[in-house]
Amino acid sequence: MINFDYIRTFTTKAAVDAKVKSASSQFIAGGTNLVDLMKKGVTSPDKLIDINGLPLKQITADAKGILIGALALNSEVAENAIIKTKYPLLAAALNAGASPQLRNMATVGGNMMQRTRCSYFYDITMPCNKREPGSGCGALQGQNRMHAIFGTSEKCIAVHPSDMCVALAALDASVHISGPKGDRKILFTDFHRLSGDTPELDNNLQKGELITGIHIPANAFNKTHYLKIRDRASYAFALVSVAAALEISGNTINNAKLAMGGVAHKPWRLTAVEKFLTGKPANKETFTAAANMAMEGANTFGQNNFKIKMGKAAVTEALQQAAQKI
Amino acid sequence: MPNQDNNPQGPAGKSRRDFLKKSTALAALTIASPVLVKAAENDEKIAALFEQMPLRLEVNGVAHTLSVEPRVTLLDLLREQLHLMGTKKGCDHGQCGACTVHVDGKRINSCLSLAVMNEGKKITTIEGLAIGDKLHPMQEAFIKHDGFQCGYCTPGQIMSAVCCVKEGHANNADEIREYMSGNICRCGAYPNIVDAIIEVKKGGQSL
Repeated sequence: MINFDYIRTFTTKAAVDAKVKSASSQFIAGGTNLVDLMKKGVTSPDKLIDINGLPLKQITADAKGILIGALALNSEVAENAIIKTKYPLLAAALNAGASPQLRNMATVGGNMMQRTRCSYFYDITMPCNKREPGSGCGALQGQNRMHAIFGTSEKCIAVHPSDMCVALAALDASVHISGPKGDRKILFTDFHRLSGDTPELDNNLQKGELITGIHIPANAFNKTHYLKIRDRASYAFALVSVAAALEISGNTINNAKLAMGGVAHKPWRLTAVEKFLTGKPANKETFTAAANMAMEGANTFGQNNFKIKMGKAAVTEALQQAAQKI
Repeated sequence: MPNQDNNPQGPAGKSRRDFLKKSTALAALTIASPVLVKAAENDEKIAALFEQMPLRLEVNGVAHTLSVEPRVTLLDLLREQLHLMGTKKGCDHGQCGACTVHVDGKRINSCLSLAVMNEGKKITTIEGLAIGDKLHPMQEAFIKHDGFQCGYCTPGQIMSAVCCVKEGHANNADEIREYMSGNICRCGAYPNIVDAIIEVKKGGQSL
């Protein structure tokens, strides 16, 4: 690993100021992805700004929802009593990600900032427009079994690897951000970007900006399920995942939220399918129709053709599993 | 005790920073113009890139005051500076769990933790589990159930297993498998590892 300067910060202002001053600096919280990327030579910041001393660990709930500090650990959020009872979709998604050791290190903000696990991005001898703009995309006609089927561009077909983010996208969360120009909030679904012409940009953070927290609005979803399909039973990235949140009374779906992971450069929210589900009876016929609709517009690249069939099955199954929850 | 490698003072009594300024930085710039060389000489930032940082932490109950480069991981600090070889380097990328240690009671992958980020923390490694000659209940159980073959992943498995029980995630074999998934065993001792953890959980000892 190339050496770097390291400073500890204790206020959001000090962290943001330090970031603005040094063009090639990066914030570090858990470090589970960043340290790995630095070992691989994928990224080599001049300076790491340790933000673990910032007071951003709190999880506070009120009638309007819940605010999760950006430095709350993935494991702390997954084990939080309010998250488990009122936002079980988020707890399930968190527990489906990484390993217990990594969840004890990784923070909520860091989880959002993690980079794709595309093997071309990680291998510095290979072309990758995300790592080195203009060098080409190795995956487009190469090993693309894990890659995106929605919202792709000819520059990049990588997927965002997070499980947590899929649940947060479905739950209409928003992101609290501090920066040199002050504080702002954006919708979670507007945080990550599609690859387009600028695959080097994963998200819409501006220069010097720091995620300070995530807010999830209170909801009335009484049936939720996070389904993750992967190559082994645990501790692997998703081939396809589905976050489903339903509000069902009697047998009627009054409200539905649906997002997919492992299929796009960002958590893939399915708003058209949500509209279709609303007012429909919660049965197999509805769910199958929703799943067919979910896969409309998919575009595959050879090795990941299976994701269309798998995606359909996953959406049907996630909705069914959710509906069956007591 | 910091060893000589950690001493920022070089053998000639010159500070490491001065030494680097006059050797590495200048040597790299000998082909550059004298103006650049002059700028580099004055540039504290170049020297700072090679700077060591003071670090205080506690490992297995022993307080240490050390000096480390920011890029040194907790795993390398434990093995190469503190000579605690029990913690293993497997993949070095957070994928295998061989490097699992406890930081303030929580299990983590020491290969992905920069040592400098552990200022003031209490670290426990496999060497810190036994009390004198008395093995930790999890160590006893791994021996009894033959929870290893080559043994390379075993320290990480045991450190992870202790937390698996403490966290309350050892209530049945399925749950144990899920919450031990961050520790890979290429010999395939998994069934015996699960048996060992079940026994410790049933024993109900304070861990």
